[in-house]
Amino acid sequence: MLGLPLSLQLTAFSSDTENPMTDVAPPPDAPKPIRLPPIVTMESKEFWEAADKEEFIGQKCSDCGTFRFPPQPMCAHCHSLQREDVQLSGYGTVHSWCMPRHPPPFGFREPPIVAVIQLQEGTRFVSNVVGVKIEDMRQDMEVEVCFEDTMNKHKVPVFKRRGS
Amino acid sequence: MARTFTEAAIAGIGATEFSKASGRSELQLAAECAKAACDDAGVDPRDIDGMITFTIDNSDEITLARCLGVKDLAYTTRIPGGGAAAAATIFQAMALVNAGVCKNVLIWRAMNERSQYRFGQPSTDFKGYTNGHGTGTLLWNIPFGAMTPASWGALQAQRYLWKYGLTNADLAHVCVQQRKYAATNPNAWFYQKPITVEDHQASKWIVEPVLRLLDCCQESDGGVAFLVTSLDRARDLKQKPVRITGACQSIPYNVEVIANFHHADMTEMPEAKGVAKRLWEMTGLKPTDMQAAMLYDAFSPHVLLQLEGFGFCKPGEAAAFVKSGGMAIDGALPVNTNGGLSGEAYIHGMNSMAEGVRQIRGTSVNQVTKKTVEHVLVSSGMAGAVLSKD
Repeated sequence: MLGLPLSLQLTAFSSDTENPMTDVAPPPDAPKPIRLPPIVTMESKEFWEAADKEEFIGQKCSDCGTFRFPPQPMCAHCHSLQREDVQLSGYGTVHSWCMPRHPPPFGFREPPIVAVIQLQEGTRFVSNVVGVKIEDMRQDMEVEVCFEDTMNKHKVPVFKRRGS
Repeated sequence: MARTFTEAAIAGIGATEFSKASGRSELQLAAECAKAACDDAGVDPRDIDGMITFTIDNSDEITLARCLGVKDLAYTTRIPGGGAAAAATIFQAMALVNAGVCKNVLIWRAMNERSQYRFGQPSTDFKGYTNGHGTGTLLWNIPFGAMTPASWGALQAQRYLWKYGLTNADLAHVCVQQRKYAATNPNAWFYQKPITVEDHQASKWIVEPVLRLLDCCQESDGGVAFLVTSLDRARDLKQKPVRITGACQSIPYNVEVIANFHHADMTEMPEAKGVAKRLWEMTGLKPTDMQAAMLYDAFSPHVLLQLEGFGFCKPGEAAAFVKSGGMAIDGALPVNTNGGLSGEAYIHGMNSMAEGVRQIRGTSVNQVTKKTVEHVLVSSGMAGAVLSKD
């Protein structure tokens, strides 16, 4: 079941309110973040709270040490319910990527590069690659985590070219 | 009384027109297509005793049963996974008949997903992302701008294309062939509107560098229904029975619908491989025994992935197979002869499965005649069925 935070997020999308994305006119000097905030569930709460503090964490089984994504109550490997959130290295490679152009996704002034990041720890995470032009995108390029602001004062992990 | 295994067959198919604005409610479309399937079979709708649809259908089972005057419903189910469950309806209807639980199973799908809401747009209705409606990790993608089926489908397909040195231009041949079929199908939205490779390449990017507009299925209004009964009973009804020789689902570990980014090898479709394994074992048939296939084509790369997953082509070879005419009417395996979900309509996979029935009956407007059609594969990725001549 999804927790209360989801229903709060839904207000941003209800059909009888104006789309918050289309009529934002940012002041030139200090553009307000227009990226949508994460949708928080019971299972993802710790992850997004850590992201707000610019920490990129992952869930690991306390018994057998297997990393998993998405966060879930039970280890599929050993069925332990013991789990811990640990800091991830933040390093990975671009496993798959694309640029959604039409219809323009909510939350972006320019079309973003969306990528499946193969994390060093073995799990994958869908995010953005920032600071890289589409013509410079390369399969398996090495990336590292950084953070971007969203609406409602949250942050989400995105990825830049490693060492850039 | 001993329980016996009862063979199942599709006795009736029914559909509304396929449009962009039906002008009536989804419930009415559901009732119309359900009645049409019963009429096609020669079964009184009041005698339906099982009802199956899949998630993201807005018509309530009981309300639809009340429209049809169903006397005593013995079983209903609503299969998770959206369109990936399309062929699972045939599997579960078959199983109900096999087990003697139901005599007349109605499968239906009816949607105004063009006029009432937009299936391909960033969703403003989070119902599509919640458990049972969609999939596990879609919610995680929203802050990153992946919020349409096309963006998820492209992300899924990009590594496949890269691995085999393919580009969007290689996908054109799937789309051109399907539109060629649609062009001669009066029920298709794109009737008499074929496209060329150049048209495909000139269509705008939906998700660069993977999907152009003409790689994508339509958004359609319409309904499609099937009536499944026992083979014996079907033989006494109006149409030639279409045997359900085998059907199954497969959802391998870490596979999910459309946001399918977490299983080991993203350059293949493990769910199609899983369905194929079960289906070929169950039926004793093999890819070369199929005279046609109806493969769920939300986006063109998924046709290639299914051709490979089911063993019609080796990994990475499906694009060349299609380019050489493999899925054309006189090719080795005619595919989506109704025009598919891009050419005919997007009734969430159901309309292409109905085409599978027509190919077995010998009544398709694009009937395969090079060989006698004995067996047709229908697939929605996570489920599949072999339909056969009686």
